[in-house]
Amino acid sequence: MLIKSKKASDVRSSEITSPSVYLDRRRFLQSAAMVGAGAAFGTIAGPALAATEKTRVKLAGVNKTKWTQESLGEKLTDYGSVTRYNNFYEFGTGKTDPADNSNKFMPRPWNLAVDGAVEKPGVYDLEDFLKPHQLEERVYRFRCVEAWSMVIPWVGIPLADVIKRMNPAGNAKYVAFETLKDAKRMPGQRRAVLDWPYREGLRMDEAMNPLSFLVVGLYGEVLPNQNGAPLRLMVPWKYGFKSIKSIVKMTFQEKEPPTSWNMASAREYGFYSNVNPTVNHPRWSQARERRIGDFLKRPTKMFNGYEEEVGQMYAGMDLRKNY
Amino acid sequence: MTRADAINRAAKPVVFVACLGPLAWIAWAAIASGLDPSGPLGANPIEYINRYLGDWAIRFLLGALAITPLRGITGWAAVMRFRRMIGLYAFFYVCLHLSSYIGLDQFFDWREIWNDIIKRNYITFGMVTFVLLAPLAATSTNAMVKRLGGKRWVNLHKLVYGAGILACFHFYMMRKGVQLEPIIYAGICAVLLGYRVVKHLKKKAQLNPKAGAA
Repeated sequence: MLIKSKKASDVRSSEITSPSVYLDRRRFLQSAAMVGAGAAFGTIAGPALAATEKTRVKLAGVNKTKWTQESLGEKLTDYGSVTRYNNFYEFGTGKTDPADNSNKFMPRPWNLAVDGAVEKPGVYDLEDFLKPHQLEERVYRFRCVEAWSMVIPWVGIPLADVIKRMNPAGNAKYVAFETLKDAKRMPGQRRAVLDWPYREGLRMDEAMNPLSFLVVGLYGEVLPNQNGAPLRLMVPWKYGFKSIKSIVKMTFQEKEPPTSWNMASAREYGFYSNVNPTVNHPRWSQARERRIGDFLKRPTKMFNGYEEEVGQMYAGMDLRKNY
Repeated sequence: MTRADAINRAAKPVVFVACLGPLAWIAWAAIASGLDPSGPLGANPIEYINRYLGDWAIRFLLGALAITPLRGITGWAAVMRFRRMIGLYAFFYVCLHLSSYIGLDQFFDWREIWNDIIKRNYITFGMVTFVLLAPLAATSTNAMVKRLGGKRWVNLHKLVYGAGILACFHFYMMRKGVQLEPIIYAGICAVLLGYRVVKHLKKKAQLNPKAGAA
């Protein structure tokens, strides 16, 4: 073959340009030093760590994508709301608990385990895991199952690229994700609000969908702890709880994985949990949502407005049964 | 005027004003910061206001239910003078909570509100709580006590027990997962109602010792 246009495009820009610096070096060394200090001096390092975490760090080398605020045509939710109105029960059940209780949480160093039916299982250091990828920014709608929503500029990498690199086996039909379980670092886990660790999962075609995104930042900055640092999922056509935070494990498997909210209340939270204004939560209507910052509610869109991108994956499925 | 009367006269206005405190705070916060996400009401002020008013409604309701046991246990008779006021404040905060749900959260979307009432159990429970409390508030005056007659009035006002139980269910069911706060409220409610059950059973046993033995 002389014309290798397809092959040529397979070479990702990240392989040509120098890999983006995920975390600036100084900050990384700082955190590393702090971890050392923490180990040496025990709790003395606590306040210092908290101070470090409050420092907002800009991410370098973030590519623009077609998912911009302009293309979405909706106003971004302000940074303060995005980082002070969170559901992250690992740090408490109140909306400001995650921001208030996570400032001592150290998201570095961080290991990510990849296992199951996959060619390259192993425990990866997060920096190494991210290195081959090019960071990009995507502005997505975010719709919580509690009927509120935001518009957030995330920074991350396409989940599909990661999966291709890990190369799952043919019998891998699902990807399961797990959040860190460590009640010392995540004080909300001292109570059995949910059956920890938090678990989520996607069908392989959902995981491979171009919209599926692994997030390491927001607003061009390193992901704040309360938003799921250092690594979280973002599947914008599903209710927010599907977008699991602080991921430590990815498992490729044949069976549909159990998921936390489904385990807690199967009647209310299905495995799919696609945003669907026609299927109500048993305790409230999903027809409308309150965009944070707005007074009046707005109608909720099918698949959160991403029907074009994801609708075909559910063709022929009864979405009332597979809620 | 006896000493007790003097205390009563002085304390009642103080308690009355103190009970307006939660409302004053939220009104100030809403006026001062409105929809500002960095303000005290947070990123979702409507949700905050609604839950805040609900919190105070259940607190006053349990507070009203606590007065009789408090008198029984401590023998502090004067506390009974505040039972009606606390009970009326419970209804007042229930009304504010309901109004914020209708006017702020649903913005007078009556179809949605009706759907909520008939389809969502926790809203149904909340509405029934309101319906149970309304006649108690309406019959709270001395004139109404006289008109109904003591016994009938007392029997009618036993509806407050049902309201307390339903309010706790309403709160527990509204939350996701197994959360501590609504369980604490339900526990307090159980103790307050349990006290009455125990007292009732003891009284029955005293009046009819043979039935107790049989």
